[in-house]
Amino acid sequence: MAHEEVKLFGMWSSPFVRIVEVALKIKGVQYEYIEEDLQNKSSLLLKYNPVYKKVPVLLHNGKPIAESLVIVEYIDETWKDNPILPQDSFERAQARFWAKLIDDKCMPSLWRVFRSKDNEQEKATEEALENLKILENELTDKRFFGGETIGLVDIAAKITVYWVQVAQEVAGVGIISSQNFPVLFKWIDDLLSCNVLKETMPPKDKLAAFFRTHSKASK
Amino acid sequence: MEEVKLLGFWSSPFVYRVKWALKHKDVKYEYLEEDLWNKKSDLLLRSNPVQKRVPVLLHDGKPIAESIVILEYIEEMWPHNPLLPQDPHERAMARYWMKFGEDKAPILLGFYLNFGEEQEKNVKEAKELLKILEKHGLGENKFFGGDEIGLVDFAFGWIACWLEVMEEAVGVKLSEAESLPRLHEWIENFKKVPLIKENTPDRDRMLSFYKQRREQRRESFISSRAS
Repeated sequence: MAHEEVKLFGMWSSPFVRIVEVALKIKGVQYEYIEEDLQNKSSLLLKYNPVYKKVPVLLHNGKPIAESLVIVEYIDETWKDNPILPQDSFERAQARFWAKLIDDKCMPSLWRVFRSKDNEQEKATEEALENLKILENELTDKRFFGGETIGLVDIAAKITVYWVQVAQEVAGVGIISSQNFPVLFKWIDDLLSCNVLKETMPPKDKLAAFFRTHSKASK
Repeated sequence: MEEVKLLGFWSSPFVYRVKWALKHKDVKYEYLEEDLWNKKSDLLLRSNPVQKRVPVLLHDGKPIAESIVILEYIEEMWPHNPLLPQDPHERAMARYWMKFGEDKAPILLGFYLNFGEEQEKNVKEAKELLKILEKHGLGENKFFGGDEIGLVDFAFGWIACWLEVMEEAVGVKLSEAESLPRLHEWIENFKKVPLIKENTPDRDRMLSFYKQRREQRRESFISSRAS
């Protein structure tokens, strides 16, 4: 194949960046990773994502793509080996629906729990638990959401759950445990047995330290 | 034999996105109106147990929910008269803008959904977002899809056909032609497309519906503040 330049602008503590990295690794795509300091964004990032000014941004042959789920769809369409989305259109629609639910509802409601206090936190926790229950019911005991191999929903859900596990320890709020969400909890262990995910996740202690500093700074 | 059903609500721009896509592709479908405020049908509750809302597309009995997900499904199942670009990077940009619309919807609709300080804040932010949409999303193109309409145009269709009715219902103007000339040009062009012109809800009915809903929201807002 002709020389393809693939760059990923990211931040090590962002689960959205990790989702894209896992997709690139599953496809065996060679890429250059550029760590961004979000307090001090590079002019390159601002040039490539002038609207959101966020990471991840994928640069392929000089053309930028932003938004993690959009990037993953692009990756899946551009590099055909090891499909991440199902081939069947109906199954694809289901995968998109669940990935969207995780992205739009689950992740934000979980962050609201960790960022809020007292009464607000109680309400936020209730909402987060409702959303997680929906996910738990859908996952059942399947090893992978859609089929025989890891796909989009697996990546998004497992990475979310990994982040939540660290965040909840730091916040001292128990959200996911083996009692209340046995399937989701099992998925965390399962994640660590999947090489591509395991090697892409930041170490838990490093992430925990980051959350601690972050929450102190926002007080 | 393919059976396509669409569960919808007469005033919903999300439902209209799907209608426009189906009609653009000449797909025959049966439309089923849902009584959202009083009693949702068993079919809806079975087909979309997670969100319990419209639109839901049923293709040979299999349900698909979430308007943007349905649009992508329609595009894949009926690839003629394409609504997404062929080029992968351009497709990614189209998806990006559709996501932008979804993510920013609470702010863009804040003028209608909220009151007082929060409403003022939303209006200010929404005006900025519309400027971004105009500059980066639309650019110099006639439509978001380029020379022809596409999924992104459908996704922002509410700005063309619903916004000014809601603005009148609320008594707040979000989008001035002077400050958003290109967007207003797009609105005019979009409304002229025969498919769109022939398929929008009745304006008077919408106005009275949104006025009523706004009053109901105001009452809830006031009572929640009083407690």
